[in-house]
Amino acid sequence: MELTTIWFCLIAVLWIGYFVLEGFDFGVGMLLPVLARDDRERRVMINTIGPVWDGNEVWLLTAGGATFAAFPEWYATLFSGFYLPLFLILIALIVRGVAFEYRHQRPSATWAGWWDRAVIFGSYVPAFLWGVAFANIVRGVPIDADFEFTGTVFTLLNPYGILGGLVTLSLFVTHGALFIALKTDGEIRGRARALALRVGVVAAVLAVVFLVWTQVLTGNLGTAVLFVVAALALVGGLAAAYVGREGFAFAGTFLAIGLAVAGLFVGLFPDVMPSTTDVANSLTTTNASATPYTLKLMTIVAAVFTPIVVGYQAWTYWIFRKRISIHHIPAAH
Amino acid sequence: MTDVDSVLELARWQFGIVTVYHFLFVPLTVGLTMLVAVLETIWLRTKNPEWLRLTKFFAKLFLINFALGVVTGIVQEFQFGMTWSDYSRFVGDVFGAPLAIEALLAFFLESTFLGLWIFGWDKLPRALHNACMWIVHLGTLASSWFILAANSWMQHPVGYKFNEVTGRAELTDFWAVMFNKVQLGTFPHVILAAYLTSAAFMLGILGWLYLRRPGKDNADRPMHRRGMVLAAWIMVFSGVGVAVSGDIQGKIMTEVQPMKMAAAEALWETSDSCAPFSILTIGTRDGKHEKWALEVPCVLSFLGTGTFDGKVEGIYDLQEKYREKYGSTPGATYYSPGDYTPNIPVTYWTFRWMMGLGVVGSLVGLAVLWLTRRGRTPTGLVGRFLPALAISAPVMVLLGNSMGWIFTEMGRQPWVVFGVLTTANGVSPGVEPWEVWMSLIGFTLLYAVLAVVEVGLLIKYVKKGPDPFVEPPDPSLRGSDSDADEPMNFAY
Repeated sequence: MELTTIWFCLIAVLWIGYFVLEGFDFGVGMLLPVLARDDRERRVMINTIGPVWDGNEVWLLTAGGATFAAFPEWYATLFSGFYLPLFLILIALIVRGVAFEYRHQRPSATWAGWWDRAVIFGSYVPAFLWGVAFANIVRGVPIDADFEFTGTVFTLLNPYGILGGLVTLSLFVTHGALFIALKTDGEIRGRARALALRVGVVAAVLAVVFLVWTQVLTGNLGTAVLFVVAALALVGGLAAAYVGREGFAFAGTFLAIGLAVAGLFVGLFPDVMPSTTDVANSLTTTNASATPYTLKLMTIVAAVFTPIVVGYQAWTYWIFRKRISIHHIPAAH
Repeated sequence: MTDVDSVLELARWQFGIVTVYHFLFVPLTVGLTMLVAVLETIWLRTKNPEWLRLTKFFAKLFLINFALGVVTGIVQEFQFGMTWSDYSRFVGDVFGAPLAIEALLAFFLESTFLGLWIFGWDKLPRALHNACMWIVHLGTLASSWFILAANSWMQHPVGYKFNEVTGRAELTDFWAVMFNKVQLGTFPHVILAAYLTSAAFMLGILGWLYLRRPGKDNADRPMHRRGMVLAAWIMVFSGVGVAVSGDIQGKIMTEVQPMKMAAAEALWETSDSCAPFSILTIGTRDGKHEKWALEVPCVLSFLGTGTFDGKVEGIYDLQEKYREKYGSTPGATYYSPGDYTPNIPVTYWTFRWMMGLGVVGSLVGLAVLWLTRRGRTPTGLVGRFLPALAISAPVMVLLGNSMGWIFTEMGRQPWVVFGVLTTANGVSPGVEPWEVWMSLIGFTLLYAVLAVVEVGLLIKYVKKGPDPFVEPPDPSLRGSDSDADEPMNFAY
């Protein structure tokens, strides 16, 4: 396989890792005002992702860094072209991250309330905007001969892009609800499961429409297989949730998100950012890539360290495998 | 002004603001992970509860600080592509690699093992728990290594070739980039300054707790004192290290970026030997006006070359040399044509403030050691002013760090990659001024609010002092499920 193809796959893997992992912690954040009845339950929810959300977010940083190194032109066009959405995502991730750490630092309800708002805002905004961004990458955006994005923020808010945003939003809510069902005990566990089923049906309908649309836009046999398996995984996950098998249910949304994102990347290949202005202006794995020397070096580093990272992150999830309930929450400071 | 001009101005201000802000948290993170790991190790060795109380106390202050370091770090990675897309296209092949490796090797390590440390008190055996913080510290060192290698490449590009066809820099020797001589001077300087910063932070807080109410009895004072003395020793050692590494760095800088050294001194005319070091200037430093200056003879020659009669080139001569070498219109959109001179008042004063604040900050550590020697407790006027002096040490050192970075980045101008790419040619051509206005104002306001909130929290916990001792659970001494309904040892 060519090095550029390997790196296209590796970047796909990093984004898949980011969405399946931070997807559920965005979901937990968005559900904070819905699932929890009081402060103690809100703290139960936040503590299910407490030890892991930061590690999940590093998948984004690694995806960004890897794109910079392996496909500098892609990184430059994408990040400067999607300036405003990325600015909003940054603001959201800033207030959200600080909120987890600061929320419990003062006993006041007003204080906690403000940080709750930050968590909710900070989870909704990226959950929606990442979907918009990815849908637009797949669909193509206006790019001129200098590889500069020539659209505006409204170019991105087309129906397909907005649908993509709603799909990631609803999938992450479902994923997060199932994570809460899997990781908590007590009343909140049942509520989370019931909500996952209700939102899951909406997410499934939106996702199927979006994936069919994508298949028409850019599909091939590979995307068709991935999208069908993703849809089956989602339905299977919801069925498992219905019969009370929370582990299988979470695995279902985990697989569904991962496979759907994989399908988007398969549909994108060999482009990395197609141009709607002129096909000749499209960024591809070839014209956007770094040199073979850099790619080879990075391949060695990635081959050695990615398994190690996956290993110790998995170990962390094992260490914190126990369910959390309101009995486990100590008094506030 | 064209659009590109104003985007350039705004993008530079934005980069300066978010980067200087981010770097307030970085040295504290690098240094405090080391200090917290040391405190916990001492506790495990001595079993003296005081050290555990200090571990938890400084861990809490560290986490309040770390949260802001993490979230402002995401901005750092994104803004290369957002506001500096032409820079990113140009350097991606060289500069992207260390950045990606930093994320993969260091960020995962830091975030994952810090999560284990924070929430793992009742889950991990004690030695393993302590090892987690050491691993986090290792992660911060690895992170510093890669990001400083990337910055050192911008100061002194090596291990690359310029591809005429693509118009980009291409990596040819990764190890040359990793062991760039600028990097070898910069890394120890920055890491030792981080240790100095965090030790000053510890000394400031414990010194204040120790001496704030001298008349009153306080059972915790021996603990405050012990921690303060430890911090003071670390300050003295790292302070000396910062000075020595800075001196080495200065000589490398004189060699690879002579203009920066001349700009640091506002040395307009070449001095053939025994160049004086200027401590203070009254009047302007633009080389045209009369001024009064306090100077120490020959010291600049020593700083730049290692001998007191070394030749130090002045700005006028260097300007001519650079013009011959690089042409007459570098980055004509920003600097006046042919101007290879950085902003002299900025470089001159930041260089001085960096050294002054670093030295005076370190001397506070020495003063505390002297005043508390052999069991003495400062009383009277000294005792009254020492808490304020102690608490000012971390502020001085933090500002010194900022000054150092402003100096080294402003001193490189008009280049973003020295001798290869000007800053004006690195900015994003497709981004509108109003977009950068929006993000500049947005980040600045948000950062200001978060700074107020953060300092408020730090003050709250510092006033409270270390929590009383509670024996932490030791999971190695019991079965894993014996405490099924016990509250978590730590929870958000």
